[in-house]
Amino acid sequence: MDRLLTATQQALALLFNGDAELWKIIGISFQVSSLAILIALVPALLTAFLLSYARFPGRRLLISVFNTLLSVPAVVVGLTFYLLLSRQGPIGDLRLLFTQTAMVIGQIALCFPILVAMGHAAFQSADKRAWETARTLGAGPVYALLTVMREVRFGLLAALLAAYGRIIAEVGASMMLGGNILSYTRNIPTAIALETSKGEFAQGIALGIVLLILAFSLNASLHYFQGKGHFVT
Amino acid sequence: MLFKQKIISPLTVMLAGCLLWLAPVSAAPDMSSNIIRLATTTSTENSGLLKYLLPRFTETTGYKVHVIAVGTGKALRMGRDGDVDVVLVHAPAAEKKFVNEGYGEKRYPVMYNDFVIIGPANDPAGISKASNATEAMQRIANQSALFVSRGDDSGTHKKEKGLWSNTQLEPKGSWYREAGQGMGKVIQIASELGGYTLADRGTWIAYQNKTSLQLLFQGDPVLHNPYGVIAVSPKRYPDANYTGAQALIDWMTSKSGQSLISDYKIAGFQLFTPSANAPGAMATGK
Repeated sequence: MDRLLTATQQALALLFNGDAELWKIIGISFQVSSLAILIALVPALLTAFLLSYARFPGRRLLISVFNTLLSVPAVVVGLTFYLLLSRQGPIGDLRLLFTQTAMVIGQIALCFPILVAMGHAAFQSADKRAWETARTLGAGPVYALLTVMREVRFGLLAALLAAYGRIIAEVGASMMLGGNILSYTRNIPTAIALETSKGEFAQGIALGIVLLILAFSLNASLHYFQGKGHFVT
Repeated sequence: MLFKQKIISPLTVMLAGCLLWLAPVSAAPDMSSNIIRLATTTSTENSGLLKYLLPRFTETTGYKVHVIAVGTGKALRMGRDGDVDVVLVHAPAAEKKFVNEGYGEKRYPVMYNDFVIIGPANDPAGISKASNATEAMQRIANQSALFVSRGDDSGTHKKEKGLWSNTQLEPKGSWYREAGQGMGKVIQIASELGGYTLADRGTWIAYQNKTSLQLLFQGDPVLHNPYGVIAVSPKRYPDANYTGAQALIDWMTSKSGQSLISDYKIAGFQLFTPSANAPGAMATGK
């Protein structure tokens, strides 16, 4: 118990005294995960929309595929892209293994199915007439899509937060693809794994606190927006 | 239109902000030649040696070193696959094979320390009374005393397997646990479970104050633990950063690099003994 207390005290000291190495790790985490989600967001939501509104052969199969991909462990995604990106792999010539780009790729692969599956569920919940009404009133497809998205904004926001929560806290793929290189690919989860194995618990706890605060603010903001029902208007 | 404007404008501002902030990531991966990718063992990283050495190397030469700390087996594998530029490892037989098969240029001796057997303070298998390492391992097996193995094909794991084969015993049973983790983690596991393990002295010194384990056996010449550094062969991987790798090797084996290694101490203990200029030490190629 004593050790836990001292380590927590040290952790708070690290956080509030602006320990450069610690904040660098936090910055890398947010940069990589934010970029991944920004890249994935638009194509994933379009896919989700098409899966809900378009009718084409193989649609149900595709939905099942994305729902299956939801439960693929991060380490399997890591292994797959490791083999693809390694020099011996098919796209090894790009020399992307152990770079931030490799981590972004892995995280896109992790968050894409969540955005699609949860986005699909959100679009399904919308009244189909929203789309039809908008179209009948002369709205172009883009505007009509925005109208539907606005109808289901909380579902989409929940998808976004769930996806972000998954990739920012994910250790397996980041460790394999990034290599846990200090000041470059060491993010919050890989740093926690490393510091714990080194018996340096203070830094691990400090980073854990950051993740907890993040999870709390994401959830709190979701509830806030839902409760007020006023996200943008 | 009202609603469109309301959604788009704050979002656009946020996106633009994000993109500016993310620009350093989205830039092309660092292929510039001032970055050296070093695959090494968990012992050099966990003991804090590299964190102490490499900033000084960067200061002197301008090269930045990206350290990927894994077991020796995995590190050599990364070199073999061309995923790194240079390896710093400790498994002489595997290193020799790596060079002979043309994946590495030359093996340079850098430093050494030794392996020690650590275990619970009450020493249930009585290994501190053993006269050599083989006998110590035999005592552990005969007592079925808990032993935590690295189990990750690292240099330490290779050494441990060598010791078991000297005993003619098969380490099997519920007393023998393969952790599949780095050295620091395995010391922690052994400490939590009250088991024995084989550790390199560097990591042991770095961890000794954090565990309840004791150093119980040391000093057998068979426990010698030499480290070598090898640049990945530019003949096999022309785009590897061979110049950078060689600069790192030259610096580590130079007088100043070597004296920095011998100066690295934790709690007054020296962790590694430099050996690049020791009598009989020389680079070995094909």
